[in-house]
Amino acid sequence: MTMHTSRRDVLKGGGALVVSFSFAGNIGEALAQGAKPLTLTEVDSFLAIDAGGEVTLYSGKVDLGTGVATALPQIVADELDVPLNRIKLIQGDTALTPDQGTTWGSLSIQIGGMQLRNAAATAKAALLQQAAERLGAKREELKVADGVVSAGNKRVSYGELIGGKRFALTLDHAKPAPAKDPKDYKFVGKPLPRVDIPEKVTGRFTYMQDFRVPGMLHGRVIRPAAIGATLESVDEASIKDVAGVVKVVREGNFLAVVAESEWGAIKGAERLKASWSKSQTLPEAAKLWDEVRASKVVKDEVTSNVGNSAEAIAQAGAKTLKATYDFAIHTHGSIGPSCAVAEFKDGKLTSWSASQATHNLRKQLATMFGIPADNVRCIYIEGSGCYGRNGHEDAAADAALLAKAVGRPVRVQWSRADEHGWDPKGPPTLIDLRAAVDGAGAVTAWESEFFIPQQTAGSFNVPLVAATLAGMPAGEDIAPGNIFQNSAIPYKFANVKTVCRRLASTPFRPSWIRTPGRMQNTYANECFIDEVAAAANADPVEFRLKFLDPNDKRGIEVLDRAAALAKWDKRPSPRRDQQGDVAVGRGVAYCKYELMRTYIAAVAEVEVKRSTGDIRVRRFYLAHDCGQIVNPDGLRNQLDGNVIQTLSRTLIEELKYDRSAVTSLDWASYPILRFPQIPELVYDLIDRPNERPWGAGEPSAAVVPAAISNAVFDAIGVRLRSVPFTPDKVLAATKGAA
Amino acid sequence: MAQRKSLNVNGKAVRITVDDPDMPLLYALRDNLQLHGPRFGCGLAQCGACTVHVDGKAVRSCVTPLSSLSAQQKVVTLEGLGTPERLHPVQRAFIEEQAVQCGYCINGMIMESAAFLARTKKPTEAQIKDALANNLCRCGTHARIVKAVMRAAGA
Repeated sequence: MTMHTSRRDVLKGGGALVVSFSFAGNIGEALAQGAKPLTLTEVDSFLAIDAGGEVTLYSGKVDLGTGVATALPQIVADELDVPLNRIKLIQGDTALTPDQGTTWGSLSIQIGGMQLRNAAATAKAALLQQAAERLGAKREELKVADGVVSAGNKRVSYGELIGGKRFALTLDHAKPAPAKDPKDYKFVGKPLPRVDIPEKVTGRFTYMQDFRVPGMLHGRVIRPAAIGATLESVDEASIKDVAGVVKVVREGNFLAVVAESEWGAIKGAERLKASWSKSQTLPEAAKLWDEVRASKVVKDEVTSNVGNSAEAIAQAGAKTLKATYDFAIHTHGSIGPSCAVAEFKDGKLTSWSASQATHNLRKQLATMFGIPADNVRCIYIEGSGCYGRNGHEDAAADAALLAKAVGRPVRVQWSRADEHGWDPKGPPTLIDLRAAVDGAGAVTAWESEFFIPQQTAGSFNVPLVAATLAGMPAGEDIAPGNIFQNSAIPYKFANVKTVCRRLASTPFRPSWIRTPGRMQNTYANECFIDEVAAAANADPVEFRLKFLDPNDKRGIEVLDRAAALAKWDKRPSPRRDQQGDVAVGRGVAYCKYELMRTYIAAVAEVEVKRSTGDIRVRRFYLAHDCGQIVNPDGLRNQLDGNVIQTLSRTLIEELKYDRSAVTSLDWASYPILRFPQIPELVYDLIDRPNERPWGAGEPSAAVVPAAISNAVFDAIGVRLRSVPFTPDKVLAATKGAA
Repeated sequence: MAQRKSLNVNGKAVRITVDDPDMPLLYALRDNLQLHGPRFGCGLAQCGACTVHVDGKAVRSCVTPLSSLSAQQKVVTLEGLGTPERLHPVQRAFIEEQAVQCGYCINGMIMESAAFLARTKKPTEAQIKDALANNLCRCGTHARIVKAVMRAAGA
């Protein structure tokens, strides 16, 4: 297949447009000829067909290792009736691809794919219209196969009809063009192999970390010894013996070494003597949750309010349950530390990075350097998986600053400690819950408060580290993502109030990590509903089904199917029939993602060793309904990732720090799950070809922590309310429960 | 001081110029020889992304100084293990099992597994998991990786 194209290829846009691969190349000329359309409302923004019939897709949504570089062409191949190997994909290039929003929130298929489907369906209708005229046939007489339209023995190809010319057609994504009947799909719904894997397993793939441009230098940053510290002095002579050092770049508190070779930059950065002021801005780790609770609240966001929960709880006779849950600070933990290349030429910046948001990065870089956004081009190159906004954008800012300082292209590769120490973090989350249960076991009230950082003015701009350190325009936005989602619950109780207490500040620069907020909130909600079910002496699955909206058939089905898949043992939790050191249990969790899309239910089977507190997950079952499945094998691959990565986060991960800085600076101090700890994974994929596709890259992560906590409770009767569920916490909770 | 260093990489004798004889092999492979297989992940021998074979043994190239290698020692990278046209059985198995998400760690998974299978003919699933216990994957591809190695072992 030829879908994966090198970015060194000359890219063909609409008409005679030829854009070279770097800003410094022919883009000015191309713009002068009339730039390739980039709006969301034109077919030409999304696709072009050349004279040879080759289709080029322009996607603002990018493949982060999730498989959408295969799935998006599958969608278009069906809609256009072209072979998959005649489609190539350009991703995340601000000069070429429309701004379809950041690649986040499991929206690449749901939004990006549907915009491409609409563009393809619109283009095809126009091509058929032209073909009917050209062939002198009626529209309904036409047949299409492999990009060739025929009527009887007369034929015309897409290349002959449109080759190189623009479609000049508008799109309305609210009213998409009629699309193909799913029963006629040849590609969608098939487990087609991913296009990138052969190159990745043979060392032929070019990751961001492999990307080089001519004349390029290597930069390494030296971050402050403490967050908020001031750079007091730098002894440049300390690295005079390091070969190849070109320049020590110092801008305020931004410090870096630029060298001819990567190893020279590494040695220079390691050996450079610099002194920093003392700074202690972080809370005492042992008192984190007190700090979170005591943080100033800037806004109470009521995410659901039904009846009068306060009154119902206050009512005499009601049995009231209360619990507090917390979820630790996590780092993205990409295996490849962030990397970027930048070139400044004639006041114009070209930035190559693995950013999941090149269009937004372009604006941030323009602000940082005080230049018009038109003078910045950001080009996506796939890097190590990022799972959210990690350090890629910061590395891009580092590289841009250094490229400007030395007047040559610079590649910045972060060290492992840079990545662990300075990527933005998933903020600590604290959740209080209360419920009232009446004598008949009915839930009369549910209340919750989520202590989570604010999002300043709807911002998704995570300030760029280099801009902040160098005193360049960076802003002070707090942008943790849409972390209020799934604070409200899918259960229909008479009185419900859920409130997000948005905090003025949080200890580390926050951003989004896979399933942001939805994971933490679903964990608390789905553990607490289990507590309520146990108080009512009810089976946890039956209890949930009792309170789900009876009209929400897909939700009920996904829960039923998860229970069937796991051969759910119907009874209240906990089990009380196990005496030995090792106890087993099963736990369930359910989520309707953002209460409006993908449905997931999970069952975890765990073993708990009472004497040590060790939890082993034996099997993990998932039932999953994301509507139309585009590539079932790609979906399974994503579900593996959701479950395994979240098991790691749930059982092990917790960022360590002192009053000055992160101290989890490598994999020894921030361990993640290893092969011997991987459970058996069992899925039931519910395919609904006639429904619209929803996201699958993160929803199933939401149910993992609660399913495990609930299974541990089932096994040993101890409720785990603090992620990660380390052996120490299991032992402490056991002691507390005794 | 720039100096010449002779290596045998993927079956070919190569000479490179380096400033530091103790530079780790990883940088020679990636920067001097433009190979993409071995990857920088931690520089601390903790994650395995940089794994190559030296005389058939899986070695962490990020902590292997060039000075420790002779020109006779055979260094093999992912590129030398097999090509898209002539895949090594482990590479083929990874494609067949689609055992890749982002793929950044996969070099290490394949190189470690290939060395392991060369000395362990009929491994159990538990043995494979133990053999890969010091290779980290963040995407959560572990289950497929184990299946791929089982497949490559003919199990």
